[in-house]
Amino acid sequence: MAFIITSEISEGIAKLTLSGSLDSSSASLMQVEIQKVATQAPSALVLYISELEFMSSAGLRMLIFAKQKLGTSVQIYIVQPQGQIVDTLQMTGIIHSVHIVDNYPAQ
Amino acid sequence: MAELDLRIDYYPTHEHKGIKYRRGHVLPFGATMVPNGVNFSVYSSASTSCTLVMFERGEASPFAEIPFPDEFKIGNVYCMIVFDLDFENLEYGYRMDGPYDPANGHRFNKDTILSDPYAKAIGGRDTWLALPNKDEMYSFRSRLVFEDFDWEYDRPLQIPIEDLVIYEMHVRSFTMHPTSGAKYKGTFAGIREKIPYLKELGINCIELMPIYEFDEWEHSKLHPETGEQLVNYWGYSTLNFFSPKAGYAASGRLGMQVDELKTLIKDLHSNGIEVFLDVVFNHTAEGDHRGPAISFKGIDNKTYYMLTPEGYYFNFSGTGNTLNCNNPVVRNMVLDCLRYWASEYHIDGFRFDLAAILGRAPDGSPLNNPPLLESLAFDPVLANCKLIAEAWDAGGLYQVGNFPAYGRWAEWNGKYRDNVRKYLKGDAAMVGHLAQAIQGSPWMYPTRGTTAGINFITCHDGLTLYDLFAYNTKHNYANGEDNNDGCSNNESWNCGYEGETVIEEVIALRHRQMKNALTILLVSQGVPMIYMGDEMGRTQHGNNNAYCHDNDINWLNWELKNENADLFVFAKHVIAFRKAHPVLRNRNHFTHTDYMHTGFADITFHGVKPFQCDFSADSRVFACMLNGQYAKNGTCLDDYIYIATNSSCEAFKLELPLLSNGMCWHTSVNTGIVDAPCHFDIGNEPVIQNTVQYVLGPRSVIVLLGKLKNTNPL
Repeated sequence: MAFIITSEISEGIAKLTLSGSLDSSSASLMQVEIQKVATQAPSALVLYISELEFMSSAGLRMLIFAKQKLGTSVQIYIVQPQGQIVDTLQMTGIIHSVHIVDNYPAQ
Repeated sequence: MAELDLRIDYYPTHEHKGIKYRRGHVLPFGATMVPNGVNFSVYSSASTSCTLVMFERGEASPFAEIPFPDEFKIGNVYCMIVFDLDFENLEYGYRMDGPYDPANGHRFNKDTILSDPYAKAIGGRDTWLALPNKDEMYSFRSRLVFEDFDWEYDRPLQIPIEDLVIYEMHVRSFTMHPTSGAKYKGTFAGIREKIPYLKELGINCIELMPIYEFDEWEHSKLHPETGEQLVNYWGYSTLNFFSPKAGYAASGRLGMQVDELKTLIKDLHSNGIEVFLDVVFNHTAEGDHRGPAISFKGIDNKTYYMLTPEGYYFNFSGTGNTLNCNNPVVRNMVLDCLRYWASEYHIDGFRFDLAAILGRAPDGSPLNNPPLLESLAFDPVLANCKLIAEAWDAGGLYQVGNFPAYGRWAEWNGKYRDNVRKYLKGDAAMVGHLAQAIQGSPWMYPTRGTTAGINFITCHDGLTLYDLFAYNTKHNYANGEDNNDGCSNNESWNCGYEGETVIEEVIALRHRQMKNALTILLVSQGVPMIYMGDEMGRTQHGNNNAYCHDNDINWLNWELKNENADLFVFAKHVIAFRKAHPVLRNRNHFTHTDYMHTGFADITFHGVKPFQCDFSADSRVFACMLNGQYAKNGTCLDDYIYIATNSSCEAFKLELPLLSNGMCWHTSVNTGIVDAPCHFDIGNEPVIQNTVQYVLGPRSVIVLLGKLKNTNPL
């Protein structure tokens, strides 16, 4: 499934919506979007990924990149990830660097 | 990236069937990501040509084979940058052409695709024990890894070696048992789930049995009688020195083993636990002249292996071949490898399997001044790494006590193990040896201090602590070698019954002996090492060479923590006791003098009577008193500690040394106490009232504290 990403900044919150497969062929697209929202110094990054089906090692690197690009004070929220993605985040320990939530903001 | 793109030397100059490439950089060796491409660099001194072979991940056939043009070879190094590759899905190898002339050490065969000795990940065994495809043209495929892990503020912990309590463990065995409760059983992630347990136990260093990529199917076989599948479970047979074992990662099938392992190390560090690797540089998985060419053998056989004058393989490892570690090229590979693990994985220390081989010349003779060992000792990147040798090899070179240390190396103290075992089972003439062991073996290491020795009573090689007191002989029939494998001299004693029993006296004695062993280990000067599961009485049913079992024989049964709760709580106590008392952790040997004029020497020996130790052959009682004012060699204050051991079957009444300044003796440990707890919480040790007739029970160990009076009399 093709990777699609959109981004917006709303009230200082960067919001990225991802679908498809985030791998080495698509990671650069996400990197561009992260760089784009980083210019506006958001206070949080929210990733809507309920339609994201796969995240490879290159995809994981984008989470690390986001954390380092935006700074450790900027929290990263991952909204409604599929089970396989959560598993990947758990196994590699990246889950400790992000917040898994059902909704953002929490309801 | 944009700025790097401007470099004029990163553009293609050549093209091969649509793939663009150019001359590469000779260093670093291996495959390195560069702007828009990958730099491939491989050494081979005797080959005549080399071809880079590239696959899409998992594909049967390569998508490209690019011969290195002659002008891309600098010295003996082939180098090439290939552009526009998919880093994540690339698998690569080399065809190396040259003479096939075994008598002269050459085994080139351009029909074989070879792994890169410097590959940072290897494909082919991504999932543990997944059935391999034996028809594949290339089984162990070199891969790239991303080196951008987010370490944040982590770095190696640099805990002083004398303050370590090492816990030797096998990645898969630790959590594979159904009782482990781990979600990711048998993996690096599984260990991460068990960090709270390691903290509860109190150890501050784990030593992982080999985690370099190996082939669990190597020499696999079915048990001739039971039909059970036996495999290369322990992994002392390296395929590649730079790659973590993918099958040990829950995420290995996704190619994320590097991230998973680094996360484990980072989390262990944040919990105050160092990570040592058991590294096997003495041989590889390629076997002897009958073994497969996987990498080194086909790339430059004569460089990588010690060869006989006839071109066969020296076998000082007992596994078919011997890595030629003191060849300058191989020496540099070992250095590069350890630097890589120290810098990229933040590894705190290395234990070198059969390290005596590292001191042999290419012709097999022992070197007086082995360049590899010296280079490792003085390497700037490894400066804060602990270096530990298993100071013997299968060729008969035994260097415990005289391993070339260069002021840096420690070694597994095999003599400590043997002597403490002999003492515990009650052998004659062992009191003097026990005195040496408890002091950190000063006769063996007169100038190297106590930390030259890693003290252990059990390790992966041999009987578990429980089995040490449950079996007189090895029981290795499950290994399928008719009980001919494994060491036959274990210095074990079954306490009166061979194997499992319901005889309460025997069970109680075994528990007491395990506690005696743990106590002696944890109060000895030097660096203690515990083998995984010994703190809860793990058994291998008498198997002292369980290298081939992916089952209950090796897996840690976590129910034992409850079944043997007394032992586990006791182990926690003696570990905590060691950490609480710096006088147990001196770096320099005791002097047996009172050079600070405190009233007592730093250590004094005793027997049934104070200051009268009986070292005769018939003696079974040894006691010593450590003067707390000499803690850390006189740099800090501690309590007095009195240790007494009795390996005979009769009890003795001890007269304790008299203390001054209002201090009195308190009981911390007394394994001879039968119907009540045999240890007391730190700070709540009961005061001893009768110091002239303190009972040292049969086959017991006591540890007393001399300090100002607690208010809790016994």
